[in-house]
Amino acid sequence: MDREATKARIDALIEPFNKKGIAIDDSTRFTDDLEFDSLTVMDFVAAIEDEFDIIISMNQQAEIENYCQLVDAVVKLKG
Amino acid sequence: MTEAVSQPDQPETLSGGTKDLFAKFDPLIEMRANLLASGVEDPFGLVMEKVLSPTTAICNGRETILLGTYNYMGMTFDPDVIAAGKQALDDFGSGTTGSRVLNGTYAGHKAVEEALKDFYAMDHAMVFSTGYQANLGIISTIAGKGDYIVLDIDSHASIWDGCKMGDAEVVPFKHNDIEAMEKRLRRIPEGAGKLVVLEGVYSMMGDIAPLKEMIAVAKKHGAMVLVDEAHSMGFIGPNGRGVAEDQGCLEDVDFVIGTFSKSVGTVGGFCVSNHPKFEIMRLVCRPYVFTASLPPSVVATAATSVRKLMHAADKRAHLWENSRVLHAGLKGAGFQLGTETPQSAIISVIMPDLERGAAMWEALLHEGLYVNLARPPATPANMTLLRCSLCAEHTASQVQEIIGMFERAGARAGIV
Repeated sequence: MDREATKARIDALIEPFNKKGIAIDDSTRFTDDLEFDSLTVMDFVAAIEDEFDIIISMNQQAEIENYCQLVDAVVKLKG
Repeated sequence: MTEAVSQPDQPETLSGGTKDLFAKFDPLIEMRANLLASGVEDPFGLVMEKVLSPTTAICNGRETILLGTYNYMGMTFDPDVIAAGKQALDDFGSGTTGSRVLNGTYAGHKAVEEALKDFYAMDHAMVFSTGYQANLGIISTIAGKGDYIVLDIDSHASIWDGCKMGDAEVVPFKHNDIEAMEKRLRRIPEGAGKLVVLEGVYSMMGDIAPLKEMIAVAKKHGAMVLVDEAHSMGFIGPNGRGVAEDQGCLEDVDFVIGTFSKSVGTVGGFCVSNHPKFEIMRLVCRPYVFTASLPPSVVATAATSVRKLMHAADKRAHLWENSRVLHAGLKGAGFQLGTETPQSAIISVIMPDLERGAAMWEALLHEGLYVNLARPPATPANMTLLRCSLCAEHTASQVQEIIGMFERAGARAGIV
């Protein structure tokens, strides 16, 4: 799946979770920069899973720290 | 979710940047220091100086009503239970000093497993040294690398730790959300092994799961189902077998996990199952093999208690009555509760924040009432909760006394 198109869809999905309106780039970290707590992570992951009809297991989430890694993971899972 | 007082049930990854490996705990140390500096009594350092009965103890020299012990059926001082324990101490000694698979299986261990098979009307029962180890052992052993575990996000720490230890793919879903669970099951790659893990009663809010619907969905997708009935055993269901029995779906549960440390009134954990190959677990389940078995007195008290709980319909009815009265009383007094209606023997009172929650907890203790203070991050949605667990031995007048204590303490702490 096209990385740019995937990124555009994730850009739209993250907006309601980015409560402080922080400018997001590839290196933005979910916990440290966006201050996601575990409940926000669950809701955000569920939104992405539903959008792309994929599973991002907790094991895979542990490897995803920043925005770039998330987009890469979704592209890979979508195949 | 349950006992964790200062950490979430889901394991955290902490990192520290210095040579002192304790640096990662600094934020927690500071949070605790701040709380205690406000002058409040340490909510996690209470000592029971003397225990008078299943419902009363001496704390700080004061007689205190216990409303946070999970001692649902009040079996801890049952004369038959005590007598069985004393006899086993005399006959078999103070401990087994060995693993169940070596020198640690005594007649009493087999007897309590027989009692559990009779209690649940199931083919197999396996007793662990704690309830934590029962979840840890069964989950980590049956779901391994390449398998998928689909579980409720509010699951107890022992479930999360079992998932992590077994190395399966872990897929949580929103609490009690049937649709979210189904979506995840549907997306699991074809051919992968699937285990759905649910709890009958979730102990933070005291709410129950819609097990009938959830288990039907799990079965439709070819998953095996494990249900932790720790907080329902002995109390919920016509025979006290738990929420699955109450909802008429116990025969569709592959593994029931339970504990001796709540309704049974001692310590230990178990799994019961009808799986034809279940007995192999005794050889492959590491938290069962690599630890010492329960002391003879413990399994003797457990077996006696489990058998008595088979005939405890009157106590169950009284406990339900207590739960209904306390729920209505606290709701009427203006407290915000975890559930709209009483669903279990746990009634959770939601506090506005940790500071006022701790103040309220202390005010209740001064009134002569012990409840559990549960605080973030151990709680759902980072709430501060005063968790009350009722006992079948609480009298109707004690329950009225408790409501009065809540009203006075709530007024003093500025909650209601």
